[in-house]
Amino acid sequence: MTVALFVFYLLAGVCIAAAVMVVSARNPVHSVLFLILAFFNAAGMFVLAGAEFLAMVLVVVYVGAVAVLFLFVVMMLDIDLTAMREGFLKFLPVGALIGLVLLVELFLVFGTLSVGTAAPIAAAVPVPEGMSNTEALGGVLYTEYFFAFQLAGIILLVAIIGAITLTLRDRGPVKRQDIGRQVHRERPAAVQLRKVDSGKGIG
Amino acid sequence: MLEDYLPILIFLALAIGLAVVIMLATLVVARQNPDSDKLSAYECGFEAFEDTRRKFDVRFYLVAILFIIFDLEVAFLFPWAVALGDIGLAGFWSMMLFLGILTVGFIYEWKKGALEWE
Repeated sequence: MTVALFVFYLLAGVCIAAAVMVVSARNPVHSVLFLILAFFNAAGMFVLAGAEFLAMVLVVVYVGAVAVLFLFVVMMLDIDLTAMREGFLKFLPVGALIGLVLLVELFLVFGTLSVGTAAPIAAAVPVPEGMSNTEALGGVLYTEYFFAFQLAGIILLVAIIGAITLTLRDRGPVKRQDIGRQVHRERPAAVQLRKVDSGKGIG
Repeated sequence: MLEDYLPILIFLALAIGLAVVIMLATLVVARQNPDSDKLSAYECGFEAFEDTRRKFDVRFYLVAILFIIFDLEVAFLFPWAVALGDIGLAGFWSMMLFLGILTVGFIYEWKKGALEWE
């Protein structure tokens, strides 16, 4: 158990250090790399907490897709770093206020878990003994939590439509390859034979 | 359960140890004699023309977002596949409905031409 405790402190420490570096690193690319490090450490902590499936999904979805998207956007975007730094002092009070509100909310959640939130805690299904994490999750997610699961599907659908509506623009007349048209083109439509008189060319 | 992850921990420790050793070894063993020309960016003998950051087409972002969405859909399939024997027909049709909803989105993006790249 002591090894687990040691690993937990190691992961938690690296995670917090990486999170601090995410917001304080000068180069945004380094920020994203630190974010990936924080994700990996969080996945390790999920494993320690017994949530294996969540840990794997965190690595697959967040590190494999979200962080790569971030990295890719940050590396390619035209960001003026000095212009971004300029507003730091101006926005500091607002940012600090929002951070404070979030902190208070976190404390409220931890302090008064029983007030108003008793129902979800009571409804939570304990993991049966001798069953893997993924199996236990699968056992309840699709039947017991049917509504939440379908809601997740609808949210993903909204995300698809939203992304397409926001980013897809009609690019005017563009030339696309139409294989059916290519294959069905007959010889007379493509080739023309002309008799050319010497010294005159085609008029 | 945690004992199953011991090999990963050992590999992790080895990887970190090896990385530290290699980086320290290059610092200690290799000859270090930097100057400003050696450390500057090199672009075929010219000074660097411009910054590497530039505006790029938003369609890359669209492809990445669509990838993430279907990545999530697949993530939902794993516990379903493991537990399918226990959850019966209700669980099966629950997933079919979920896949159906996302297929509507897939057909939408196909017909909209979001997957086209001219």
